[in-house]
Amino acid sequence: MSDPLQLLRRLGAATNERIWRLGFAARFFVAVLRYSGPSFRRLPLTLREIYFSGVLSLIIILVSGLFVGLVLGLQGYETLQRYGSTEALGILVALSLTRELGPVVAALLFASRAGSSVTAEIGLMKATEQLKAMDMMAVNPIARVVAPRFWGGVISMPLLAALFSAMGILGGWLIGVVFIGVDDGAFWSQMQSGVDFRYDIWNGVIKSFIFGIAVSLIAVFEGYDSAPTAEGVSRAITRTVVTSALTILALDFILTSFMFRGTS
Amino acid sequence: MSDDILVDIQDLHFTYDGRPVLQGIDMKIHRGQVVAIMGGSGCGKTTLLRCIGGQLRPTSGSVRLERHQVSAMSHDELYRLRRKMGMLFQFGALFTDISVFDNVAFPLREHTDLSEEMIRDLVLMKLEAVGLRGAHRLMPNELSGGMARRVALARAVALDPMLIMYDEPFAGLDPIALGVIGQLIRKLNDALGATSIMVTHDVQESLLMVDYIYFLNGGRVVAAGTPDEIRASDDPFVHQFVHAEVEGPVHFDFPAPSAREAFLGSVWRV
Repeated sequence: MSDPLQLLRRLGAATNERIWRLGFAARFFVAVLRYSGPSFRRLPLTLREIYFSGVLSLIIILVSGLFVGLVLGLQGYETLQRYGSTEALGILVALSLTRELGPVVAALLFASRAGSSVTAEIGLMKATEQLKAMDMMAVNPIARVVAPRFWGGVISMPLLAALFSAMGILGGWLIGVVFIGVDDGAFWSQMQSGVDFRYDIWNGVIKSFIFGIAVSLIAVFEGYDSAPTAEGVSRAITRTVVTSALTILALDFILTSFMFRGTS
Repeated sequence: MSDDILVDIQDLHFTYDGRPVLQGIDMKIHRGQVVAIMGGSGCGKTTLLRCIGGQLRPTSGSVRLERHQVSAMSHDELYRLRRKMGMLFQFGALFTDISVFDNVAFPLREHTDLSEEMIRDLVLMKLEAVGLRGAHRLMPNELSGGMARRVALARAVALDPMLIMYDEPFAGLDPIALGVIGQLIRKLNDALGATSIMVTHDVQESLLMVDYIYFLNGGRVVAAGTPDEIRASDDPFVHQFVHAEVEGPVHFDFPAPSAREAFLGSVWRV
C-alpha cells in the first residue's frame, strides 16, 4: 500500500475515533443530567464536592487573582500614563478582569487544580473496581459519583471566577493607589461609572458558568472513560487539562464574539 | 424451572471483539449451595460471573435467576434484582474515601430507610460476623489484604442477599487468611440461607468447602461434580488441574507459530 493512502486511512480512523468519542461524551452528558436528581435531593453529596473542588481551590485562585491584578495595575498604569489618563486605571483593571481574565484564568486554574483531581479520583475508582462494585450494589455510579462532582464544579466555577476578579481588582488598587499614588477616589468612581452590571459583570458570570459546565464535563467524562490502568488514568488526567484549556479558549472567543460587539 | 434451582444457565454464548469467550455453557445452581467455578486464567470464569450478575449481556443463550431472565432485563429491573445479590470483588473494591464502617453501611443507607442507630447495630453485627468489629473506624488503606476482603464480604452480605458471588476470593492471601475467608464464605452462606457462586482457581480450599464444582476450559464446561466426584475423577483435565500438573490437556504456552519459523525466520529477514 502506498504511503499517502496509509496516511489517509490513519487520518480517517483518527477522525472517526474523535467523532465517536464526541458522540459518547454527548450521551454521557445526557446521562449525567438525567441522573442528577440525587445531587440535589441529597445535598451533602454535592456540598462535599463543592468543598473539594471549590473551597480547596481557593488558595490558588486568590493568590493568582492577586498577582494578575498587580501585573494589570503596573502594565495599565504604564500605558495610561502615556495618554495622561491614569485615573482610568480602575476601569481598565475591572473590565479586563470581569469580562475576560477572571472567567478565563480562573477556569484554566480550576481545570488544572480541581478538574485533574476529579479525573484522577473517578479514574482510580474505575481501575480499582469501585464503580463496578457500586453498580453491583444497584447504586448508579453516574448518579452517586459523577453527577455530584459535575454539579460541584459547575456551582464552584462562577464563585471562584468572581473571587478571582475581586482579588485582581484589589491587586490593581494596591499597586495603582497604594504604591504608585493614583487618586483613590478616581480609581473607584471611574470603575463604578464605567462597569455595567448586566453587560460586563453578568456576561462574565455567564462565561464562567459555561466554562464550569465544559471543564466539569470534560473532567468527569475523562475519568469515567479512562482505561482502568495506571497509564490510562495518567493519560486521562493529561487529556482533561489539555482539552479543558483548549475548550475554554475556544468557547471564550465564541462567547466574546456574541456578548461584546462594541455596542456599549 | 424447578423452585429448587436459583440460577439456570442455558446454552450461554459470549463473544468479545470477535473472540468467543463462552461457548454454550449449561449450568444449574441449586438454592443453599456453595458452587465453585474453576478453570485456568482466561477460560471465561469471571465473564460468566458477570453474565449472571447482569454486568455483561450474553451474545446468545439465557441466564435465569429465580424467575427472572437476567439477560433480558431493563436497567431498573436489573437494579431491583441486584438488591438481592451481593458480590465480593477480587481485591475487595472498598470505597477508599470512607471508613470500614461507612463501607458496610453504604448499601444499607442507599437502599433502606433505617435509622442511623439501626444501621450502626447492623453494621457492627456484620463486622462481628467477619471478626472485624474492632476495625470499624479504620480506613481501607489501613487494612491488610485479608482484612479488606473480609470487610468487603461484610458489605456484600449487608442486605442479606439471596445470591452471593465471589470473584477470586482467595487471590493473593496467605494460607491463614485464605482458610479464614473460606470458612466465612461457607458459614455466611449457611447462616443467611443464601446461595453462593465462587470463581476461583484454588482447588484444595474449594474442595473442602463447596457443594459442587464446575470446571471451565476454553469457554466450555468440561467437567462438573461434587468434591468427592472431582477427587475420584479420571478426566485428564480435572486430574491435571486438581494435581497441578504441568503436562496435560491444558497448554501453558499461548498459541504461536513454530519456534523454528519465529527465530530463524527473523534472523534471515534481518
